[in-house]
Amino acid sequence: MNESTPPKEERSAALSGLGTSRKRVEDARFTQGKGNYVDDIKLPGMLFGDFVRSPYAHARVKSINTEKAMAVPGVHAVLTAADLAPLSLHWMPTLAGDKQMVLADGKVLFQAQEVAFVVADDRYAAADGVAAVEVEYEELPVIVDPFKAEADDAPVLREDIADQKEGAHGPRRHPNHIFTWESGDLEATEAVLAEADVVAEEMIYYHRTHPCPLETCGSVASMDKVNGKLTVWGTFQAPHAVRTVASLISGIAEHNIRIISPDIGGGFGNKVGVYPGYICSIVASIVTGVPVKWVEDRSDNLMATAFARDYWMKGRISATKDGKITGLHCHTTADHGAFDACADPTKFPAGFMNICTGSYDIPTAYLAVDGIYTNKAPGGVAYRCSFRVTEAAYFIERMIEVLAIKLGMDAAELRVKNFIKKEQFPYQSALGWEYDSGDYHTGWEKALKAVGYEDLRKEQAERVEAFKRGDTRKLLGIGLSHFTEIVGAGPVKNCDILGLGMFDSCEIRIHPTGSAIARLGTISQGQGHATTFAQILATEIGIPAEDITLEEGDTDTAPYGLGTYGSRSTPVAGAATAMAGRKIRAKAQMIAAYLLEVHDNDIEWDVDRFVVKGAPERFKTMKEIAFASYNQAIPGVEPGLEAVSYYDPPNMTYPFGSYICVMEIDVDTGTTEIRQVFALDDCGTRINPMIIEGQVHGGLTEALAIAMGQEIAYDEQGNVTTGTLMDFFIPTAVETPNYQTDYTVTPSPHHPIGAKGVGESPNVGGVPAFSNAVHDAFRAFGLTQSHMPHDHWRIWKTAESLGLHD
Amino acid sequence: MEKMHVKMTVNGKNVDLLTEPRTLLIHALREELGITGPHVGCSSSHCGACTVDMNGMSVKSCTVFAAQAEGADITTIEGLGTPDALHVLQEMFKEHHGLQCGYCTPGMITRAYRLLQENPTPTEEEVRFGIAGNLCRCTGYQNIVKAILEAAAKMNDMKESA
Repeated sequence: MNESTPPKEERSAALSGLGTSRKRVEDARFTQGKGNYVDDIKLPGMLFGDFVRSPYAHARVKSINTEKAMAVPGVHAVLTAADLAPLSLHWMPTLAGDKQMVLADGKVLFQAQEVAFVVADDRYAAADGVAAVEVEYEELPVIVDPFKAEADDAPVLREDIADQKEGAHGPRRHPNHIFTWESGDLEATEAVLAEADVVAEEMIYYHRTHPCPLETCGSVASMDKVNGKLTVWGTFQAPHAVRTVASLISGIAEHNIRIISPDIGGGFGNKVGVYPGYICSIVASIVTGVPVKWVEDRSDNLMATAFARDYWMKGRISATKDGKITGLHCHTTADHGAFDACADPTKFPAGFMNICTGSYDIPTAYLAVDGIYTNKAPGGVAYRCSFRVTEAAYFIERMIEVLAIKLGMDAAELRVKNFIKKEQFPYQSALGWEYDSGDYHTGWEKALKAVGYEDLRKEQAERVEAFKRGDTRKLLGIGLSHFTEIVGAGPVKNCDILGLGMFDSCEIRIHPTGSAIARLGTISQGQGHATTFAQILATEIGIPAEDITLEEGDTDTAPYGLGTYGSRSTPVAGAATAMAGRKIRAKAQMIAAYLLEVHDNDIEWDVDRFVVKGAPERFKTMKEIAFASYNQAIPGVEPGLEAVSYYDPPNMTYPFGSYICVMEIDVDTGTTEIRQVFALDDCGTRINPMIIEGQVHGGLTEALAIAMGQEIAYDEQGNVTTGTLMDFFIPTAVETPNYQTDYTVTPSPHHPIGAKGVGESPNVGGVPAFSNAVHDAFRAFGLTQSHMPHDHWRIWKTAESLGLHD
Repeated sequence: MEKMHVKMTVNGKNVDLLTEPRTLLIHALREELGITGPHVGCSSSHCGACTVDMNGMSVKSCTVFAAQAEGADITTIEGLGTPDALHVLQEMFKEHHGLQCGYCTPGMITRAYRLLQENPTPTEEEVRFGIAGNLCRCTGYQNIVKAILEAAAKMNDMKESA
């Protein structure tokens, strides 16, 4: 019998399990145009809804006249706040403990705010209807600058809560103030800063931008009045949470609501929240009795649906003369727009911004974040990052550069001097986190070597001399970045969203013939879950990945989970998958022992089978065990082979990496040319290297966009000036460079397979690498700080302000 | 609004649409013909998710009226390969991980198909320039470019051996 058993390696390879660059199972449908995105859904009798949106950033709504719109051919209904009020649906709760208007209730607070919802035969008739709705506005003074929002004479934006002195996150000191969130020891930090040899101080602005997935947000709601069931298909990164929220705010019992996330065309945090369009499509379906689709257009998406960042971070960092960092102080003014709709765990109104001590052993630190209302769109989502982690990483990686300038030290050397050392892990940060594992020095040295750092510095010095001589008009920037993320939210003890603990889940059913289906509480938006989670399982249970179907996104069939964002799928649902797999294996062991007529402890796992210890010719494969579980009466063992795991992670995971960008800058045009980008990631155990590399390429490109041009900008009247793809920068294949990637592996000690998550690392690490390259190019000419995005115009202005055009 | 007849050939089949003069080609394809491979990403000709092949040219079907396609020969992603015989580009996109969320993919492959008709032996730079009208938010293009270059090489090999 043993002669026919293929060698271990061969059997292991046949599984396409952990660590293999398995080709994606999703690609067959996507490459043939057979994806099923929300706008592909077409139901009998379905109507289409579209919004009348506010042209003003702040105005009183004097009247809404829907008469002409109702007369437009094909228009079935026009909903306003007055129609939603009897259902108490004219406002909705936000994920951040605030509330948000579904449709304008008396006033509008940002440009493109939803004012009325027109339901018509198709999108063309709906557009006709939208154009025919007459709204009379009275303009009000506008606040676009968060630093002016708390003036005594500032207009009160949120009249609904003007008198509330207490918000969801503590006291409010002004009607336009949302919260103040503090972390760390203020007194000790001030004392350290006061006594320090050197203190560097700078305002670091991480501008407002937008995740802008290629597919916008949308939903199709279908209220079946016969059965009392509501089904909603939509672009939901957290379908189970959407079901609970929909139930709580609509009063429809949760078992009568089915939420389905079909294929999602990119999310990047944009599709975490609950938006007025979802609510209106549901109400419209209830009102009209037929399915109603809402799909926003690109400008709706950019102008109204979930911006990201907009953090003004005032930093002070102190060090000894020889460059040992002693303290860090950060005060952040956070522009949240008109409603606090940040998608953060409830107890963290500024997300995990307190990871802002970064990769460094900083003994004393303090952070305060003030959330402020302005006349801008709500949001504050984690655009390809864990909650506010990219802001934190950008802040500390800029502060390190600023400190290096102040100390007259090489910025790479300053980092090495202050990195948390390998032997310090698990490391307790001054702001309260326990970093699980790390080895920063190894990756950093590898990265410096890969780019030839010392030679680059020599070349840069020569370039500066040549520039001064007038031999060149191009400068060379070397952008350094070492990031530490905090992802995988998170432990239920301190992480919840609207009271829902941030665990995640996996349910596995093994079929009689030895193939399987696994369902998870997460939802892929391009990450390739159907490919990678099957790999985790293949290794755990010895069934080839290609024999495992993976399903997510249907709340009627998938186990409850909090969804996919904040790089939490692998750390949390990936762990649940491994744990559920281990439950399957534990039961399989009992079955195998029974079949082999030995004690459970006398057999051991061997890739895809249990073998009798010391007698490898006696074994039962997982396939045989699966069949037996369905046809044998085994004493004390229930029939079937299924398991479910709800995984509450004991800690976050802390991926890290070393990124370096080499950039040429034309001083006269402000144009940039990226010569090299080197990205070394450590995401712990690697599940699928091909997919990891793809995630790194994509995240770096989003980082490039953010750092170099992508922005949601407002004029003084609160008009969005970047509301189309004409103005909102998305790099094409021409602007995007080729990337070099590398890795180290430092497994997470608390994760069942040691994986940490990677999807967001390249964005978190990439933004400071690109931005630091721009700054570094001008360092020799006295630049310490300039604000992103570094588009050609801003770079030209920087050169101008430094006198380089004279 | 009064409707009009528009006749065209889509993926080798003759179709006769009765549609409003203002109907955009992308909506005619997606909503009236059920061809949902091409997607809408921006409705302003920037992103290329709606790219189809029309009379031997790549066009962004979000800014073409269906009426303008009267008599046209149109190929969409659905017309490039079959499940049993994928187009080389479809195979190479999978092989080189040239897609993630899949939303840009039909337009991207349809554009690449025309690009390789126009220039069967492109350089990397020519590929990058040739797909600059198609945006991808997920991949950073590196693997897309690799897939297209590899597809070009394979298509040329096939031609030579034929």
